[in-house]
Amino acid sequence: MGNVCIVGIGIHPFGRTDGLSGLDQGVFAVRQALADAGVEWSDVQFAYGGSDAAGNPDTMVERLGLTGVQFINVRNGCAAGGSALFSAQMAIKSGEFELGLAVGFDKHPRGAFNALPSEYNLPDWYGEAGYMITTQFFANKIMRYMHDHGISPQSLGRVAEKAFRNAVHAPHAWRREPVMLADIMNAPMVSDPYTKFMFCSPAEGGVALLLASEKKARELGKPLVRLKAATMRTRPPGSFEVFAPSIDVERGGSATNIASAAAFDLAGIGPEDIAVAQLQDTEAGAEIMHMAENGFCRDGEQERWLAEGLTEIDGKLPVNTDGGCLACGEPIGASGLRQVYENVVQLRGDGGGRQVPGRPTTAYSHVYGAPGVSAVTILER
Amino acid sequence: MQDGLKVFGEESSLEIEMRMIAEGLLTDEIPPRLVGGRNRETGRIVFPCPESGEYEPYPLQRQGTLWSYTIQRYRPKSPPYAGPDAFHPWPVGYVELAGEAIVEARLTDIAFDDIAIGMPLELTVVPLDAEAIDPVMVHAFKPAGAA
Repeated sequence: MGNVCIVGIGIHPFGRTDGLSGLDQGVFAVRQALADAGVEWSDVQFAYGGSDAAGNPDTMVERLGLTGVQFINVRNGCAAGGSALFSAQMAIKSGEFELGLAVGFDKHPRGAFNALPSEYNLPDWYGEAGYMITTQFFANKIMRYMHDHGISPQSLGRVAEKAFRNAVHAPHAWRREPVMLADIMNAPMVSDPYTKFMFCSPAEGGVALLLASEKKARELGKPLVRLKAATMRTRPPGSFEVFAPSIDVERGGSATNIASAAAFDLAGIGPEDIAVAQLQDTEAGAEIMHMAENGFCRDGEQERWLAEGLTEIDGKLPVNTDGGCLACGEPIGASGLRQVYENVVQLRGDGGGRQVPGRPTTAYSHVYGAPGVSAVTILER
Repeated sequence: MQDGLKVFGEESSLEIEMRMIAEGLLTDEIPPRLVGGRNRETGRIVFPCPESGEYEPYPLQRQGTLWSYTIQRYRPKSPPYAGPDAFHPWPVGYVELAGEAIVEARLTDIAFDDIAIGMPLELTVVPLDAEAIDPVMVHAFKPAGAA
């Protein structure tokens, strides 16, 4: 089976852009990706688009051109972008197509996500009583993890500090001012142990990736960035997910565990071979837990990794080199694709002040979301 | 389960009329238990009891230990939150009912700083709006043995 390559990338800066719809930002990203690949919209044979709250992605054909292109909308919670990418690469792998698009965009209202119980097959009382809150779950999850594995609040602060420091050098990031560790630790609590700097915010943004067969990529003359694996999994028994009125006494693994293992299996490499990683960090503790869930370290080792700076840009495994969700915010449909965008930037050596040294050849991305979905990619140059 | 369920406080014989936020959450006993669901095939226990026929109602034990917790420090958005406009932070966690399930619940009758994973707890109910004249009640856990 031939390789799938990423031949064009585009991004609309994340954050808040008054006056531009989510779709506008998606279109912006697509045009940038087309220019980057040196192709026309009419060359694109198919598209998968993800958006959670900003309308149907396929309506962007009105803006890009009525070429009759096959365009499929993807709605898969926080894994929407990852699922669009997964589907796009399958279409190319099948041999049926040689050039296609994965695009994601979103635009959320300010404040925490406002989920309704009925959307998650839960009784109304669960929301009425004040449980339908993502931050509450995230805080409960990390509180237990810290208790079980000896992670300190200071480590949560270090993750946030790193995110804002890295984002200074990422033009597409939202919060690009460094924040001192003491200020992060002393900020108001949102849900203990998390202060306000340790949660990302719903945001806006758009990302587009053009995928091609390796044959087509060679014709285009682009540096070959191969998508060695793209996997998406739902939760196994005994996982602990958002919006859970109860969880099983018998504890189990996570959607991330199995998506990650499947991706490494497909790529034929292991965690120790990865040079740079973008891990879902909707809150500071998520990055910590996901370091272990994706196999990069054992539970509890994160305390030392963070104290020694092993996940900094120049560390053993740089994590979230553009500041991740903490600094970029989370437009659900675009978030997973932003991670892949950032990895392509890193593999091309275009990271500027946030470039990982030593010419990285492998890059890993991971998204996680409600109600227990995870998508992983591995890129190789 | 019916509206106006009668409950006797354990320490006193004070009788109170109580209206739960939803029907079917508590047993009709004194004191009541949470009604979980037990999967007829696998034996898996969950809370609340799903409406599907795969689960049968299964009363859960009233005593447990704190598995994890946080403090809800901002007012949740309405809808879906149906609590009062006035907001006071509340603790909320997961309580392990040994061998059954780990149930999400508010914590009550405890100072935030005294909350610790592993502490023994027991089931109670608290008003969603403490200032309401006839409040709806939600399930909660308090330190075991507390009045």
